[in-house]
Amino acid sequence: MSEDKAPGGGATLPAVPVVEAAGVGLTFQTADGPVHALKDVTLTIEKGDFVSFIGPSGCGKTTFLRAIAALEAPTEGTLTVNGMAPDAARQARAYGYVFQAAGLYPWRTIAGNVKLPLEIMGFSKAEQDERVRKVLELVDLDGFGNKFPWQLSGGMQQRASIARALGFDADILLMDEPFGALDEIVRDRLNEELLKLWSRTGKTIGFVTHSIPEAVYLSTRIVVMSPRPGRITDVIESPLPRERPLEIRDTQAFIDVAHRVREGLRAGHSYEE
Amino acid sequence: MRSLGPVLTVLVAILAIWYVGAVLMNARWAEDQAQRAHKTLTTSELVIQTMEQKRPVLPAPHQVAVALWQGVFAVSPTSKRSLVYHGWVTLSATLLGFVFGTAAGVLLAVGMVYNRAMDMSVMPWAIASQTIPIVAIAPMIIVVLYSIGITGLIPKAIISAYLSFFPVVVGMVKGLRSPDAMQIDLLKTYNAGGVQTFWKLRMPSSMPYFFTSLKVAAAAALVGTIVGELPTGAVAGLGARLLSGSYYGQTIQIWAVLVVAAVLAAGLVMVIGGVQSVTLKRMGMER
Repeated sequence: MSEDKAPGGGATLPAVPVVEAAGVGLTFQTADGPVHALKDVTLTIEKGDFVSFIGPSGCGKTTFLRAIAALEAPTEGTLTVNGMAPDAARQARAYGYVFQAAGLYPWRTIAGNVKLPLEIMGFSKAEQDERVRKVLELVDLDGFGNKFPWQLSGGMQQRASIARALGFDADILLMDEPFGALDEIVRDRLNEELLKLWSRTGKTIGFVTHSIPEAVYLSTRIVVMSPRPGRITDVIESPLPRERPLEIRDTQAFIDVAHRVREGLRAGHSYEE
Repeated sequence: MRSLGPVLTVLVAILAIWYVGAVLMNARWAEDQAQRAHKTLTTSELVIQTMEQKRPVLPAPHQVAVALWQGVFAVSPTSKRSLVYHGWVTLSATLLGFVFGTAAGVLLAVGMVYNRAMDMSVMPWAIASQTIPIVAIAPMIIVVLYSIGITGLIPKAIISAYLSFFPVVVGMVKGLRSPDAMQIDLLKTYNAGGVQTFWKLRMPSSMPYFFTSLKVAAAAALVGTIVGELPTGAVAGLGARLLSGSYYGQTIQIWAVLVVAAVLAAGLVMVIGGVQSVTLKRMGMER
């Protein structure tokens, strides 16, 4: 993988923020009138950050992630990814995207699925095989390359879909509730593995979740959002160290951050009560 | 083997109903004959006579079986009385029409999925084409093609294709559109082009739909060919055989031909089912 791109590796250039959003708004026109999915979102994500977006359904967290990925287009404000328009960044294959469902092709083996983006991007055959081997090892799926998706558990399928997003060495990893459909035990393990993967590869990660412990455990920054219109209510810099064993969740620092996230979520909702 | 019992039970039931039907429907003619000869029939005589008529309203199963045996095994396959000969004439046109129809169906479906104007303009015509009775349009097709010098296998194959393209269009449009929004988005994040999306996602996704429509199309192709042979003075083929049977009241011959047609259709569907099973298994889509 891209060890050379790890944070701190090249401190000479003034770093361009990975994501820079200023006053971003996004309004969907529906039959029932306009829906304000995002309003006045201003946020900067720096290289190597692990940023979680947390909030109830309809708060625009997924919409914002999709806007970064150029799967939705903002209707207001400016949004840049690696200093470019999001669509230019998409065409430059700046990010890997992990969806809530693994979405593996049932007609391809696990290796075949991981190879899919590599084929599309025109890597050579030898390079494809080499990269597939590396990323399957990275997500602990070596030896499962020749299996079909249905032969794997849900957690393993989701790991394969993460491998698929890692294969082409994008610096940004966008994850939309990737573990939302998994049980808590599997989720804990994958969270741990994701942190390891992040510290090994130095990627910038945008992570959508609606689990408070997950957000606090994983993130360097937690973006708390609230609905109608979708907006940011709080951005919390995590005081936790980058090295995080699972037990960190029992420390006072962890509990304090979780408390602040909960407060932020409650504040965003207050007008409903 | 556990299913053997029920299968045999159903078969026996069908044969029993068929025999009862034969007795009931042929009894009138047997009684008329007896009356003219100033005889009265006992019940057992009546039953026997309903089963050995030359032109029964409903031939008994064993009469059809004998006709089948004679048509298939007792004459040379090149003879004009051979059901193998007529079956092959029909099957060859069916296969050609099936290939035409499938190709046309797939091409139309691809066009409709990728071109909105085509979707809006072609689909209504495809549906309209199937509302026209095939017996009405078949002679027109033969006449038009004859006038431009096309005769023989091709006109029948075109009528057969006319019926078989439709299920393929409907199935493939559905199949090519079966990938959900997430899968389309995924390819977008790779900046994949339209051609890549087609070959890597839409085409493989459509395979289960494709084979299902092929089964319907194969049966439709056979019907199309037989109908193409009916009103057109064809001298060979199952349709021609049906027509001559109905001219001369040869009900046993008609039933034998119907059985051959049914066996051919079942055979085609089974072959497609086999190819489907092997293909989907190799693709990992069937366990």
